[in-house]
Amino acid sequence: MIITVDNLHKKFGDLEVLRGIDCQVEEREVVCVIGPSGSGKSTFLRCLNLLESVTSGKIVIAGHDLTDPKTNINQVRTEVGMVFQQFNLFPHMTALQNVTLAPVKGRGHSKEKAEQEALALLDKVGLSDKAHVHPSRLSGGQMQRVAIARALAMNPKIMLFDEPTSALDPELVGEVLEVMKDLAVEGMTMVVVTHEMGFAREVADRVIFMDFGVIVEENAPEKIFSNPQNERTKAFLNKIL
Amino acid sequence: MLENLNLDWSIPINSMPLLLSGIKWTIIIAAVGLFFGFIIGAVVGLGRTSKNKLLFWLSTIYVEAIRGTPILVQALYLYFGVNQVLQQTVGFRIGSETAGIIAIAINSGAYIAEIVRGSIQSIEKGQVEAGRSLGLSSFKTFYYIVWPQAFKRMIPPLGNQFIISLKDTSLFAVIAVGELLRQGQMVVATTFAAFEIYTVVGLLYLVLTLTISLVLRRIERRLEVD
Repeated sequence: MIITVDNLHKKFGDLEVLRGIDCQVEEREVVCVIGPSGSGKSTFLRCLNLLESVTSGKIVIAGHDLTDPKTNINQVRTEVGMVFQQFNLFPHMTALQNVTLAPVKGRGHSKEKAEQEALALLDKVGLSDKAHVHPSRLSGGQMQRVAIARALAMNPKIMLFDEPTSALDPELVGEVLEVMKDLAVEGMTMVVVTHEMGFAREVADRVIFMDFGVIVEENAPEKIFSNPQNERTKAFLNKIL
Repeated sequence: MLENLNLDWSIPINSMPLLLSGIKWTIIIAAVGLFFGFIIGAVVGLGRTSKNKLLFWLSTIYVEAIRGTPILVQALYLYFGVNQVLQQTVGFRIGSETAGIIAIAINSGAYIAEIVRGSIQSIEKGQVEAGRSLGLSSFKTFYYIVWPQAFKRMIPPLGNQFIISLKDTSLFAVIAVGELLRQGQMVVATTFAAFEIYTVVGLLYLVLTLTISLVLRRIERRLEVD
């Protein structure tokens, strides 16, 4: 198991957002997390690289126990790429600089080597011609593809996606999902919080349905979409499908 | 009425060397004071964003104390008050120009700290999250991602502060700093050409502040292009 989550709880003040999550993800597995807003799915994802501190429970990622204070979280984060709903590109840098920053300043790679790899990654997401362009001159879909290339530049073992297409104009969603599909096919381990049921159905190995801070149901996509077992899953899927 | 008016514009022209030596001190005190003011402002401004309670409160007390007292009081306090204590203890006094520089530094430092704090806090949280999730340390995230963006946002309010501090140096006439206003007053004292001299003094300040405005507008435009 590359991700093991054991009885994870997360509180914001008095509000308990995650109320005991148990979850395991295998290497090369693609897991989509769905659920109504406020169900805790984004918080759950953000706990997986400790962007949110954990209130109680245990998370082990690629052999690192995140809740152990001796764990070097910066090291773990290089192995876990993160893609955000709002892209969060660095606006003062070109696309290329966005991708090379962490390899050069974090890992100490030479600029030449990092740029070479970054150009290959930008090519992979179909943006080699935008290498020297600042984010303000990119479309949302292009920005998100640069953000994916940026995360891939650290050669992560796992990629986390936090509603990666929710901030995009509908016509730009496809190009981002296409890149994610390619990644899945290559065997990247992925945890994707998404509202794109088509993507979940087509690409996911497993779909997790969350509500009120717990995993209500999880199953293979064809099973969960055609034959949901839990009433809340049924109600949610009825509403959106 | 007007036939009684007797203005002599040769007086300010003849006293130009004196006024220019005043400008020299105005510029030196403002420039050196603001240089140290920026360093103080950066450190205290960071303290104001710190999660460390001690750092936060120390910098907050500094900002409130300096911002809450007039710069004229601060200058008099330094030059007469602190000097009195220094004289009685170590037998040493700080000169009036040095006192002026220190006053500008600590005073502008408090305002610049708020500019620094505001700019840093205006950077979206997602920027830090993106940096940290790439495995960059909090220092590197700040240094490569937050600070460059925040610095750009600091420039317009910093320009404003530079202009304010430059004009504040005129207050140091009261502690006998030979800056522009003081030199003007000395000329007035001997020539009684108050209208002519203060007109020229005012215009000279205007030249200095407009120069700052112009330079800053250039810098802003250049940064806009990037």
